[in-house]
Amino acid sequence: MTPLSDEFDYGTPAVAAEQTVSLSVDGIAVEVPAGTSIMRAASLAGVAVPKLCATDSLNAFGSCRLCLVEIDGRPGTPASCTTPVAAGMKVRTQTERLKTLRRGVMELYISDHPLDCLTCAANGDCELQDMAGAVGLREVRYGYGGDNHLADVKDQSNPYFSYDPSKCIVCSRCVRACEEVQGTFALTIMGRGFESRVAASANVPFLESECVSCGACVQACPTATLIEKSVAEIGTPNRSVQTTCGYCGVGCTFNAEMRGDEVVRMTPSKSGKANSGHSCIKGRFAWGYAQHKDRILKPMIRASIADPWREVSWDEAIAHTALEFKRIAAQYGRGAVGGITSSRCTNEETFLVQKMVRAGFGNNNVDTCARVCHSPTGYGLKTTFGTSAGTQDFVSVEKADVIVVIGANPTDGHPVFASRMKRRLRQGAKLIVIDPRRIDLVHMPRVEASYHLALRPGTNVAVLTAMAHVIVTEGLIHQDFVQTRCDADSFAEWAAFAARPEHSPEATEEATGVPAAALRGAARLYATKGKNGAIYYGLGVTEHSQGTTAVMAIANLAMATGNIGRDGVGVNPLRGQNNVQGSCDMGSFPHELSGYRHISDAATRALFEAAWGVNLDSEPGLRIPNMLDAAVDGRFKGLYIQGEDIAQSDPDTQHVLAGLKAMECVVVHDLFLNETADYAHVFLPGSTFLEKDGTFTNAERRIQRVRKAMAPKNGYQDWEITMKLSEALGYPMPYSHPSEIMDEIARLTPTFAGVSFDKLDALGSIQWPCNDAAPEGTPVMHRASFARGKGLFVLTEYVPTEEKTGPRFPLLLTTGRILSQYNVGAQTRRTANSQWHTEDRLEIHPHDAEQRGIVDGSWVKLASRSGETSLRALITDRVAPGVVYTTFHHPNTQANVVTSDYSDWATNCPEYKVTAVQVALSNGPTDWQREYGRHSEQARHIAHDAEAVPAE
Amino acid sequence: MNTDEKLVMMANQIAQFFAAQGEARAVPAIADHIRKFWDPQMRSEFLALVPGAEAKLHPLVRKAVALIR
Repeated sequence: MTPLSDEFDYGTPAVAAEQTVSLSVDGIAVEVPAGTSIMRAASLAGVAVPKLCATDSLNAFGSCRLCLVEIDGRPGTPASCTTPVAAGMKVRTQTERLKTLRRGVMELYISDHPLDCLTCAANGDCELQDMAGAVGLREVRYGYGGDNHLADVKDQSNPYFSYDPSKCIVCSRCVRACEEVQGTFALTIMGRGFESRVAASANVPFLESECVSCGACVQACPTATLIEKSVAEIGTPNRSVQTTCGYCGVGCTFNAEMRGDEVVRMTPSKSGKANSGHSCIKGRFAWGYAQHKDRILKPMIRASIADPWREVSWDEAIAHTALEFKRIAAQYGRGAVGGITSSRCTNEETFLVQKMVRAGFGNNNVDTCARVCHSPTGYGLKTTFGTSAGTQDFVSVEKADVIVVIGANPTDGHPVFASRMKRRLRQGAKLIVIDPRRIDLVHMPRVEASYHLALRPGTNVAVLTAMAHVIVTEGLIHQDFVQTRCDADSFAEWAAFAARPEHSPEATEEATGVPAAALRGAARLYATKGKNGAIYYGLGVTEHSQGTTAVMAIANLAMATGNIGRDGVGVNPLRGQNNVQGSCDMGSFPHELSGYRHISDAATRALFEAAWGVNLDSEPGLRIPNMLDAAVDGRFKGLYIQGEDIAQSDPDTQHVLAGLKAMECVVVHDLFLNETADYAHVFLPGSTFLEKDGTFTNAERRIQRVRKAMAPKNGYQDWEITMKLSEALGYPMPYSHPSEIMDEIARLTPTFAGVSFDKLDALGSIQWPCNDAAPEGTPVMHRASFARGKGLFVLTEYVPTEEKTGPRFPLLLTTGRILSQYNVGAQTRRTANSQWHTEDRLEIHPHDAEQRGIVDGSWVKLASRSGETSLRALITDRVAPGVVYTTFHHPNTQANVVTSDYSDWATNCPEYKVTAVQVALSNGPTDWQREYGRHSEQARHIAHDAEAVPAE
Repeated sequence: MNTDEKLVMMANQIAQFFAAQGEARAVPAIADHIRKFWDPQMRSEFLALVPGAEAKLHPLVRKAVALIR
């Protein structure tokens, strides 16, 4: 397919070479890096050589025979895509001989291709059609009557794209995209010669195959063979808006291809520095929730959660909310209200919510949903390195020699980055996976982990400290780095601590379940001298009682081995939601202002007080779990929640619900009536990422523009709604565009000092810090020195969690997510992605299942000290005996009714990853689930005018 | 857990982390952490329950109490 944007296809990939070569193409002189193909050199000279099997996202293949050229002094007509340039070469791309050859090739293609161009979905967007024109095809001498594939049956099994073999020219672009770009190897060419056909897996329908619906094959297809169903249904797009994906923390750049105000398709942009033209099933296809019938588009209020909702005007909803918050503050004190910012909203929206809370509510009770995912990253990396962020850009992985993945599942959670990582692994980098579960990366096509340390959930710190023990005691410390870059006293203390016998792999083996020999091997591999070691981690590290300690243990390992401050190394937190990094940067934690400056710092506070014209409280406010505790205790009564569903996503659901029920005014500002809205008194309809302007910051600190592709269906962008509420509260924050909010952020935040929308538009994206010292941003941090000066080693004593197994609860539950679903599923469940994951399942080892009489698909009750729920079992040896695993995407399962209220010592990040449970056969949903379902149905009722109940 | 039990547990967890650094550094670090991350109401609730909860408190927390006030 041809993207609608102005992204040019040079035919073959760019070559990185310092040496250049000069040649001429059709008499035009051009100088290119050595090793460049003639096709690319011609493109750079402005000469388009006809092509079909070549595209610059894939290595040259040389099969279509259309890009033939003549080279002076060389015999024959070589393919320009596979022939490298040579100094002084004279290339001719258009001669009588070439014209004849190309027409002949095209005649063969078209003799076995349907002539339904006018009714074809790719009409006007078909490279075969374009090439027929380019070569001047006017007749097909062979006729159409011979053997052909015109009656081949279309595969419509995938909900997002169709495969029509009758239109396939067997260029292999799809097969190569699946291999080279995505790394799944789901597609192949079956048969030989005339019988050659694209096949998914062992020639099964796409939906049943190993295909992960990333869209790379659709992107690569030059005809209508693989094409989005939305294009077939709507027609080709006629305008394109470049924006940033609203799903995970990879932050892929997409072109929203539109016709009028309707999205036709989302295509990944080659200019996106996070994704380089690749995508996953969520960003590429799962955008239909934006138009879903469940979306609430009118504000609603009610006096009690037992009442039906009543639709009101924006003015009435805002005035009602402001009055309620003022009443509560007057009645219970100004500390009785607070707000939660969203990692799904833009930086500008997040900044505004925390500003409204601090300046308008007059307290610091603002927190963000990053509290329950990566808050330990913030504390841990700030303490050790001096700033709360990952150290690298994504492209850095292409120079890594040893990759450690701990507590993360990139192929499901961060699939586009995983493709980049897999490419490096196929090139020979070594892989260490530290995870209780055998994630796909451990063993998949052409990827095999050197070590999989299947540790017992909750023992990360013991494993990481044991790795430190090996590195210290076996002389694997990078002495030069440590002596020049790190704090000497803290290193000496840490080295002595790590060397203690109780930290050896042999001593910790019983607690961790990791064989000492494997752990020693993994530590030696990571610390290999002269090699680049890179650590990537996720919520399997942070969501523990010792989450922060584990982050610091990772930082210790990286410093001790000198794996910081250059390409190919680093400590890289993989962020869950699109703007986790940004929501943290924007000062939405209760103890700090933007740029991670503590609220007790008088100089920082004075800066904000002068800009905002208010006095700020110097004391930290309540974190989300503290807000809920305070609500249960009766001292917290009003909460404004933007884009977060705490009733489904936060742990110990019954405690969360008790907190919500105890409040007098819960305001949910979201797209849908989510689980939290069942307990809300005001619903403010939100806008999707397609309907707003602003910026997101991805996991590599990359600030990227979000651009409005269509008018907000709810009437306002979210920043405008917060502005209205703040004004009604008596603290106007007048902005006419999010760029003005970013200007304010830049004025008040040293690491953002050089950021503006104009610069973002000019550069495409910027990785902070961006200031006078780094005017175009900072791809890799801590190159010459750490943000704090010298890197600080921290002692990381393993403290077992209080959540322990015993006779009543003998198994350990850990939770995670799946490729096709996102977070609480509010968006992805409202798309066809649910076809891949219709329900949350409980993964259980065959041994544990057999002991309990459980067979695959059985309904089982999952019970913990906090609560119980039922779901169906999935028997698999991905999990070790004694460990069970589930996802939390479906509210009818409510996995978090089981999780505990234990949390990280430093940040209160919940311990989602370790819950002692029992599993037993059941007959179906529990009484609690049934009652919960009944309540949800009743709580979402919207009154018609005749039955409306006044809110006051 | 009720809020009081939670506050005791959270304080003890903080102490367990800093304990490795030795008492001289751990005691002020525990107090500093609680001052920096707990809202004033949480701190006053915690201090109010200390007299009745001494036995449940980590020894380093007991020593840090005076610095939290």
